Amino acid sequence: MIEVDRLHKSFGIVDAVNGISFSVGKGEVVGFLGPNGAGKSTTMKMITGYLPASAGAIRICGLDVERDPKASKSHIGYLPEGAPLYGEMTPQALLDFWASVRGLSGTRRRERIRFVVEALELQPVLLRRIETLSKGYRRRVGFAQAMLHDPDVLILDEPTDGLDPNQKRQVRGLIRDMSADKAIIISTHLLEEVDAVCDRALVIDQGRIVLQGTPADLHAQSPWHNAVVVTVPPGRMQEARDLLRGLKGADRVEDRPETTGAPALWVIGKGRAALTSDVSIALAGAGISVLSMRTEEGRLDEVFRSVTGAGQA
Amino acid sequence: MRVMLAIARRELGAYFSTPLAAVFLAVFVAAAGALTFYAGGFFEQGQANLTAFFYFHPWLFLVLMPAIGMRLWAEERRTGTIELLMTSPVAVWQTVVGKFLAAWVFSGIALALTFPILVTVNLLGHPDNGVIIASYVGSLLMGGGILALACFISALTGNQVIAFVISVAAGLLFVMAGQEAVLAPLSGHLPDYFVELVRSLSPASHFEALTRGVLQLVDVIYFVSFIALMLFLNCQIIELRRGR
Repeated sequence: MIEVDRLHKSFGIVDAVNGISFSVGKGEVVGFLGPNGAGKSTTMKMITGYLPASAGAIRICGLDVERDPKASKSHIGYLPEGAPLYGEMTPQALLDFWASVRGLSGTRRRERIRFVVEALELQPVLLRRIETLSKGYRRRVGFAQAMLHDPDVLILDEPTDGLDPNQKRQVRGLIRDMSADKAIIISTHLLEEVDAVCDRALVIDQGRIVLQGTPADLHAQSPWHNAVVVTVPPGRMQEARDLLRGLKGADRVEDRPETTGAPALWVIGKGRAALTSDVSIALAGAGISVLSMRTEEGRLDEVFRSVTGAGQA
Repeated sequence: MRVMLAIARRELGAYFSTPLAAVFLAVFVAAAGALTFYAGGFFEQGQANLTAFFYFHPWLFLVLMPAIGMRLWAEERRTGTIELLMTSPVAVWQTVVGKFLAAWVFSGIALALTFPILVTVNLLGHPDNGVIIASYVGSLLMGGGILALACFISALTGNQVIAFVISVAAGLLFVMAGQEAVLAPLSGHLPDYFVELVRSLSPASHFEALTRGVLQLVDVIYFVSFIALMLFLNCQIIELRRGR
């Protein structure tokens, strides 16, 4: 539903987006991940038709964004960064306004407005001025605006930014609910969000896609993916370390603290194979009691740091 | 058309949602009245007409029209709502005309609120109400011209104060285009036909004709085409500045 082909955008001498290509199909939620200034928002602005592209093509439901702006825009719902709204209006008036602008009328207009008000639980604030609403409500009004015309494509720029954990969970649930029959792009710099809502992620840095894949693929990029992390009684640390180094499949054993801060041994298998059973058998055979053991999935922030610019620590 | 009206309605609602509307209307009506009676010498003239009232309108508009035009685009840019507007399936001209209409209707409301002066002059004597109606039309058109200029300038800058100051300056040149103060410095440096062109483009003669009660098509066309030109330029600027 969204096809982006060799997209470029330069502002003067700065290349903000430098040859990005990807496509998003129906039912897919794709996450744009990257440091600030990577080109995520610029790409979204080009997809929605706000910014003209310097080169490359974008098609929304088969319609070229530059050649057929009106038709392509009618398929898109957009939540810009910070969810801008007309603060002096009430959510009711705002939804009415966008319904008119989107050309909704009659029964369908009433149905759609009722639907988004219910889906986003806006009923209690419907007649209050938007500028007096909490951030969470304002974001929900922004969502309502984006979903109002039941678009095939949703472009959400940092939809959960600035929300509290409950609101974040709520918004993520909403995105998941909507995803069945839509193509959705969200941008975020929260790595946990990728795991929570995205089917696929594109890591963007300096205007290029530096890595893409499912959240699991991304985790697998971590140098500690599938490492077996064990803690043993302090007195037997040395013994366990030597034993595990001698394991047949082990590439190396590292001393790194567990997430709790306790000293632990990280056993990394050759070819990142998970050595869980080998480790447990070896330790049991030597009579070393295991205090805890788990298999590391690989943390996204490590992957993120290794693929995006070194300056972005 | 429906989209344009929706935009105009929203914009008009925005005026009335802040104290700006009340302040503007109060200042306009008070200033129009004060100028008529003190500077215009309404009573001293001893004539049952509103010449003294309409004479000052271009000068009033010069300050007040930029005040209502300056926020039209600058505010959208500041809050970022322009992004939503430009990514909805709406043509730029629909937005431009919708916004202008809202501001124009608002200035029409301001003009309508000066009706006590109409009542006053009718109580004091027997004025030619036809002339007064033509004058109101002229005043509305003159205001529309300055307003369209202010809208255009508002689109050029994201800063309301800059928009206001430049609009006042540009409006001053527009209103005074036919007067010696503007023509004299030009005539020394530019060919005569250009000076004549500036003189002929001046709104002064058209406004005067209307306030004399001569409702001629040519004067109406003059103002309408000036407004259309400004709105056209406004559209071009919005397109040009798209996403910058």
